[in-house]
Amino acid sequence: MADVNRGDRPLSPHLSIYRPMYTMILSITHRITGVGLSLGLVLVTWWFLTLAIGEKYFAFADAVLTSVFGGLILIASLWALMFHLCNGIRHLFWDAGYGFELQTAWRSGLAVIACSIILTILIVAISLGGS
Amino acid sequence: MSFQTDRQRVSGLGSAKDGTHEWIGHRISAIALVPLVILFVVPLALSLGGDFEDVRHVYAHPFNAIVGILFFITVSLHLKHGLQEVIVDYIHGKKKLVLALLANTAFSAILGVTGVFSIAKIAFGG
Repeated sequence: MADVNRGDRPLSPHLSIYRPMYTMILSITHRITGVGLSLGLVLVTWWFLTLAIGEKYFAFADAVLTSVFGGLILIASLWALMFHLCNGIRHLFWDAGYGFELQTAWRSGLAVIACSIILTILIVAISLGGS
Repeated sequence: MSFQTDRQRVSGLGSAKDGTHEWIGHRISAIALVPLVILFVVPLALSLGGDFEDVRHVYAHPFNAIVGILFFITVSLHLKHGLQEVIVDYIHGKKKLVLALLANTAFSAILGVTGVFSIAKIAFGG
């Protein structure tokens, strides 16, 4: 029952207590890529809107997105998307109750990094080959 | 001395107050996005830098139009849930929190509807 000591309860250890590990970096990167991707989606949505409303607008949007600077942003967004996709699948397995063993979590983390890079390179290659 | 149980005393005090249905909704859109992202990104990668009429032709195709519309609906729901999770974690104070949540709802809705409108307009030949 709720007759509790409110003053000097022990705090659970927080982030700064632990030695940094790459699984922690992956965890925060999932969130950062998620927020960043909503900005990347603004660019893609703008591109689709110009495609719907007229050639003049499309020419400008397409030129911006295929410029060197726009291209770098798109490649960064693409990697962020592939990372978020792969790590999202890893999260879905956790949600279903699988893959919590330390070794498994480390290995799946490495697999996410590798897959996100391979998929990014593959799609950039498709894009350059196609146009 | 309170007669509330410990469980009752802390219920709803998390940063999000409540949100099981949102948590589940976020997972449903996540699962749907696994195939949708791939099906959406490949034609997009092929179309960037393409000729205006050719690219319109790609998105006028029923398959790409349906995938595109499904993608924009699902991704706008997913990003609304995701950004909401970040907002309730990091934005403190009721007024700021409510404003941020309203802005998030407007942002996701505008993005989703703009994407659906654009692809529908192209697909219906307007």
